Amino acid sequence: MKKLIGASVMAIAASTAFATSAGAQTLIFCSEGSPENFSPALSTAGTTFTASSTPIYNRLAQFDRGTTSVIPGLAESWDVSDDGLTYTFNLREGVPFHSTGYFTPSRDFNADDVMFSFERQLDTEHPFHNISGGTYTYFNGMGMGDLIESIDRVDDYTVRFNLTQPVSPFLSNLAMDFASIYSAEYAEQMMDAGTPEQLDLQPIGTGPWVFQAYQRDAVIRYLRNNDYWGGPAGVENLIYSITPDPQVRYQKLLAGECHIMAYPNPADLEQMEANEDVNVMTQEGLNVGYLAFNTEREPFDNRDVREALAMAVDRQAILDAVFQGAGQIATNPIPPTMWSWNGEVVDHEYDPDAARALLAEAGYPDGFSTDIWAMPVQRPYNPNARRMAELIQEDWAQIGVDAEIISYEWGEYLQRSRDGEHDTVLLGWTGDNGDPDNFLNDLLGCAAAEVGNNRARWCHEPFESLIQEARTISNQDERTPLYEQAQAVFKEEVPWLTVAHSVVFVPMRSEVEGYIIDPLGSFGFYEVTLAE
Amino acid sequence: MLSFVLRRLGVVIPTFFGVTILAFALIHMIPGDPIVVMAGERGMSDERHAELAAQLGIDRPLIEQYLAYIGNVLTGNLGESFVSRTPVLTEFLELFPATLELSISAMLIAVVLGLPAGIIAAINRGKWPDHTLMGAALTGYSMPIFWWALILILVFSGYLGWTPVTNRISLLYFFEPVTGFMLIDSLLSGQPGAFWSAVHHLILPATALATIPMAVIARMTRSSMLEVLSDDYIRTARAKGLSPRRVIGIHALRNALIPVITVIGLQVGALFAGAILTETIFAWPGIGKWLVESISRRDYPVVQGGILLVATTVILVNLTVDILYGVVDPRIRRRG
Repeated sequence: MKKLIGASVMAIAASTAFATSAGAQTLIFCSEGSPENFSPALSTAGTTFTASSTPIYNRLAQFDRGTTSVIPGLAESWDVSDDGLTYTFNLREGVPFHSTGYFTPSRDFNADDVMFSFERQLDTEHPFHNISGGTYTYFNGMGMGDLIESIDRVDDYTVRFNLTQPVSPFLSNLAMDFASIYSAEYAEQMMDAGTPEQLDLQPIGTGPWVFQAYQRDAVIRYLRNNDYWGGPAGVENLIYSITPDPQVRYQKLLAGECHIMAYPNPADLEQMEANEDVNVMTQEGLNVGYLAFNTEREPFDNRDVREALAMAVDRQAILDAVFQGAGQIATNPIPPTMWSWNGEVVDHEYDPDAARALLAEAGYPDGFSTDIWAMPVQRPYNPNARRMAELIQEDWAQIGVDAEIISYEWGEYLQRSRDGEHDTVLLGWTGDNGDPDNFLNDLLGCAAAEVGNNRARWCHEPFESLIQEARTISNQDERTPLYEQAQAVFKEEVPWLTVAHSVVFVPMRSEVEGYIIDPLGSFGFYEVTLAE
Repeated sequence: MLSFVLRRLGVVIPTFFGVTILAFALIHMIPGDPIVVMAGERGMSDERHAELAAQLGIDRPLIEQYLAYIGNVLTGNLGESFVSRTPVLTEFLELFPATLELSISAMLIAVVLGLPAGIIAAINRGKWPDHTLMGAALTGYSMPIFWWALILILVFSGYLGWTPVTNRISLLYFFEPVTGFMLIDSLLSGQPGAFWSAVHHLILPATALATIPMAVIARMTRSSMLEVLSDDYIRTARAKGLSPRRVIGIHALRNALIPVITVIGLQVGALFAGAILTETIFAWPGIGKWLVESISRRDYPVVQGGILLVATTVILVNLTVDILYGVVDPRIRRRG
């Protein structure tokens, strides 16, 4: 038996040696979960996007890596008509689709692929519309179905989108994962073979990495696309090692079993930063955690009451206890990394005495009873809603407001708060396309109040007219002052207590060079190289 | 013998239906709507919600849903996952070999170490080997498995660097799965070192999972052995002048093993439960993570189908043990 163990240890020692010599060309990413499929149009999960749209696919317009600005992708350029209703895209020529064991393209990317990718989602009669149970949650969620009146294939390399109304975030929407461009030729082949769902499971794209294999819940393998139109990626092989437990991911990073890891445990960060072999990159997250006051209900229909409650909360204490340093106090509903963020807005200072006085002035000298809804799940914008609710409860008790903490199962929580059953509710939002409209209109606009995504149920004319005007202008410089003004109105009216923006941490081994954090939450490895 | 087997089978069928009802009722009793969970913070219009509910078939009355479900099950159709839209059976068959490989290895470790430990403890009753072994068994039995698994990783992978942290084989080896059992596939691949790499990756998770059954087997063997050792025929054997080794190894052990076999059979269920935790920590791609995630996503077909398949496996193992037991011990057959 002893001999046997000895032999195995030696075999392992040999295989590890092999690993380090061949490892220079292989980048391993310890991811946190399994993708639902490899089809970004079908999904809403960041894990799926990190495994599909980021490595495998391209979009007409793309986010410049590391930012939220939109740059040309598969479309080399575009023209917007003066009325903002027509977008004409000039497509890039000579872009090959991936060649793999299961598909060999006979032609380069062209307008047919654009038509296919959008019509699948738009047209309920399209042969692929119902394949893989297509729900197209993002396409519909971003209102694309109502926004796109028609799409014209002008010629092989020109496509025109006709809109029902001028909506300036449209371009940013096209850079989102769900708008990835699929191969129409591959789809047709799979349909003919009677296996159309393969389109969503064995992906073919134009991106920097070619899909090689997926072992469910274990490993995803990619090979470098040497014909990539943007130039080949930095390393030859890319492997995602799926590891659900954050502590185990960290152990793998330390042991050299992966180079980069997703979502570290905040409690481990201090140790990571002290470790020479590990670098931790950090960036403000494109998100906001907030407490919304139900402005349709008494006494929250009174602006002074809302301000008093906001002033009574010690957000620094929340940041320390709930975010453990991985966050920053939110002043505005949009995070500071987003364009048009207004740095001149003056936030409420934590001041229980002033809060008590203001509450008395508003007609509630003895306070009142209310509730705080706390989410049952962990989110980047709120790692522990229960604890946050308890801290707010204590703060409010200081000014005589007696709050009961309420929670439901996640689905029910979302539904009930959408129906407005709460007095105050903790929730948050992660940006989809980097456009301020995606926060200000989707969460605080009048239409959102009707649908329920506006949890404050706040429909305020001065704010609404500003954001609706900004929505129809396509020039960013003209939009910016409108959004800045809207943020000032927001702070004046206090529909939310803006709690925090989270900070994103990405730990990686010291030999990793060139990694760029994606503010939109995906992990991409195109630029990464490994030092010897 | 035949009537004994038939009687046993007669119990299996109602158990099977009981499991389908339980699995169905439990997941539907948990509040939460799979569509709302899927849409998340963004939400979804009511019309779209209704459309999807109809597509998934969850807008119908529960009884109707259950009858449709049971009808499908009887024809071998477990439905498709709400999330991945892949047949539940396909996903299960892809993942189950990993769980089986882990469980069988753990059971082997548990038996190979647990049995001798129990015997040694029994023949040294009251002396230090007994106290040491039973103390260790009690500790092993009381340890939360996820905690134990993390400790093993920290010590053996982190501090000592003897074992890899996770995965089933070094990522350098890449071959298409044939059987789904990594030990076999690695041999079939013909790549040098692949098999040892697979063994190496299996040691830690299998040890973590083996701990509790090992403790149970050791304790059971000890008490069963003690009982047998005090029987008259053992005294007779000793009086005849047989060597202690022969007395214990042949006469005592054989009879002491019967209850131990039953315990091993019963441990299979516990082993699957433990596998779910072990798999999550070791990122082992078995059915554990799949089942847990399907619950939080309210992926009804996966929860129901997964539970049903696991329960069926456990029922079958227990049936086999029962029948074997009857073969070994004729008294049981007659009592039924």
